[in-house]
Amino acid sequence: MGEIFLKMEKVTKIFPGVKALDEINLEVETGEIHVLLGENGAGKSTLIKILTGLYQPDGGSIYIKGDAVKSNSPQQALAAGIVPIYQELNLIQELDVTENIFMGREIKKIERFGILDREKMENRTKEILTELNQNISPTALIQDLGVGKQQMVEIGKALSVDVNLLILDEPTSALGKDEVKELFRTMRHLKEKGVTIIFISHKLDEVKEIGDRVTVLRDGKYISTKNIADVSEDDLVREMVGRDIKNQFPKVKIEKGAEALRVKNLSRAGVVNNVSLRAYRGKVLGIAGLVGSGRTELVRTIIGADRKDSGEIYIHGQKVEINHPKDALKYGMVLLTEDRKNQGLFLDQTVEFNCTSANLNKYKQNVLLDLTRQKEDTVGLIRSLQIKTPSTQTKVKQLSGGNQQKVVIGKWLNTEADIFIFDEPTRGIDVGAKVEVYNVINELTNRGVAVIMVSSELPEILGISDHILVISEGKVTAEFEAEEATQEKIMSAATINGGINNAV
Amino acid sequence: MQSKEAVGINISGGTTNWRKLLFDKLGSLLGLIVLMIILTFASPYFLTVNNLTNVLQQASINALVASGMLLAILTAGIDLSVGSVLALSISVSGIVIINFGLNPVLGILACLFVGGTAGMTNGLLLTKLRLPHPFIATLGMMNVARGLALIITGASPVSGFPDWIQFIGSGYIGPIPFSFILVIVAVIIFHYFLNRTTLGRHIYAVGGNIEAARLSGIDTDRVLTWVYTISGFMAAMGGIVLMGKVNAAYPLAGLSYELDAIAAVIIGGASFLGGVGTIWGTLIGAMIIAVIRNGLNLLGVSPDLQTVVIGAVIIGAVYIDVLRRQKK
Repeated sequence: MGEIFLKMEKVTKIFPGVKALDEINLEVETGEIHVLLGENGAGKSTLIKILTGLYQPDGGSIYIKGDAVKSNSPQQALAAGIVPIYQELNLIQELDVTENIFMGREIKKIERFGILDREKMENRTKEILTELNQNISPTALIQDLGVGKQQMVEIGKALSVDVNLLILDEPTSALGKDEVKELFRTMRHLKEKGVTIIFISHKLDEVKEIGDRVTVLRDGKYISTKNIADVSEDDLVREMVGRDIKNQFPKVKIEKGAEALRVKNLSRAGVVNNVSLRAYRGKVLGIAGLVGSGRTELVRTIIGADRKDSGEIYIHGQKVEINHPKDALKYGMVLLTEDRKNQGLFLDQTVEFNCTSANLNKYKQNVLLDLTRQKEDTVGLIRSLQIKTPSTQTKVKQLSGGNQQKVVIGKWLNTEADIFIFDEPTRGIDVGAKVEVYNVINELTNRGVAVIMVSSELPEILGISDHILVISEGKVTAEFEAEEATQEKIMSAATINGGINNAV
Repeated sequence: MQSKEAVGINISGGTTNWRKLLFDKLGSLLGLIVLMIILTFASPYFLTVNNLTNVLQQASINALVASGMLLAILTAGIDLSVGSVLALSISVSGIVIINFGLNPVLGILACLFVGGTAGMTNGLLLTKLRLPHPFIATLGMMNVARGLALIITGASPVSGFPDWIQFIGSGYIGPIPFSFILVIVAVIIFHYFLNRTTLGRHIYAVGGNIEAARLSGIDTDRVLTWVYTISGFMAAMGGIVLMGKVNAAYPLAGLSYELDAIAAVIIGGASFLGGVGTIWGTLIGAMIIAVIRNGLNLLGVSPDLQTVVIGAVIIGAVYIDVLRRQKK
């Protein structure tokens, strides 16, 4: 057993009405890749925020290399070489790589006057990027880099401050397959250099591939710490959710109903190229494709969030004109966006406000809104979706990620729309909550709703869809019935050059 | 106090959380009460019926203008043009009533119409021309409206209004100024408008997260256009009270009123980031400003120094609010 770098003992954190952490233990050895695993709301993020000094614990103790940490602030954590990289990257898009890496710690020519030594910083940046085996120009603007490269810049930033403990919070959720490989290669390299890594992920195959040991949290409590080599994926699932998940994809087959949506030759310059598709009542149409293939752009164009250049849309056989999401809503078609926080929720508002926000007219009584009925409907949604919230008047920002996702679903269920488009409905949520989302989809199809589901997770596409469409570079490159599709067939269609660049 | 709120599943309780309403307001309301207690001891004239009714009257115009400003700030915007729009509205009204001999009732309606139209223009500039921030559209309108007011009046005041218009600005019902009764009516209407109507709730949605609002099928352009229309309308309302009070319409009326209105909204606890704020807070904000001005007058502080004090109060009030939020 190696030297213990970090030890957290009986760490407790209480928020109003919730015990977020209940006597958590965590022991991380120097130079290991330690996985932190748990469902949403299990307390992973809170634990990390205590470790990085953003929150103060209400009880327990923290030791770094055996020394008790009495007070902790982000500055002190950084001084101890503890560097977090969050899911949402903290880079300034308008500045270049060098400026971002040295943000706040610029090297100066003349200290007093704040004159920057640009050359020295660029050289150091080059060194760091070379070490990471990254071919990125120090003068490239962040906004011109892909997500994978941006993450490498974040890691470079961590290296520039003599990192001892690197915390990666779901780093792979926005990455493509090759980028994940690249990230893992870098993580192994850092590990060889003696950097300790805490890795948070929901993807069990990744956890098995990269981790040395794993600590599982559940409902704010410590469950276990194990060598990853000694446990199976099934074991991990059981520890996380506290029960067996027999069926990860509880698909219910419903009889095919009438055509609900038909898209004909839809195009939007540069992103969507002549796409046609049909969705039927009671059925799930899966849309597969790599990140950046134009899937999100396609569904945004369908509901009128982005303007189309050409193409026709028919709803229940009738040609309709959709130029704004409100038109789509009028015809009963809604989109649950991938980016919940920025595009789906009113974080400062209550659960009730959010659940009723898409359909306030339903509550209009003469001039005023009927508060009692609003409340009744919200309570109904809280019960049927099992949203964990203290009350209907709780602000959404106080809920966990999985529960926030349920609030978004609740908002749309409350509209009684009959065409539901989900964009990455289970991104960033854990196994247990995923099954709940699938059950909602089943319930919708059972009610005769037509569902379209965009996803980059192939098992999900295969497990939940009835019919599958593959998109590459904005174009439909293949179509399968679920029974005839395989991961290999989808992948090969997803990597076909759709020819959008050659078009025009 | 927070934990008490959150513990236990309260999904069957009453429909309005009065306790929470009071708590959110407590900060600025408490400030107002403390201020009044201090002034009561500092000056023997402060706590007299005469003086207090005077304060209410002073607060009235700002409270009306600030109600419209609140809407703009709730949508994470701002309306810099309210002072100028007020001047233009009453100038038009004064000219049609006094110079053209139009029926004064129609003249007052013209005032409101001009205010609403100027405000709607702000909204359309913002949403149709896609100007990057309401600061731009309303800064432009601020100059245009002021200039128009000067042009149409030939830069001189118009006066001699009928008694009932003067009554709006300076009359009393019992000890209460009529203008303040107008304010109370407006505040109650705003309270229901913001909390109990579709448009009101959409205003909070647009301010809280405009992209989520759009994707929720809310016509955000329509909401914003309404917000600035109402803001212009409320500026004209404030103008009517001013016109009645001084029995004149003059093109330089309402200078820097936008700043007092913004101050009232912010002191009243609204967030510049949008989505947070109430009409009651704004009313209290307007009262605080009026009480401070009145108190400093009673204590013989020069108007120049008063401006300094008001500035410090704005910064102090927002800082206290920041501290309060951090505690949460």
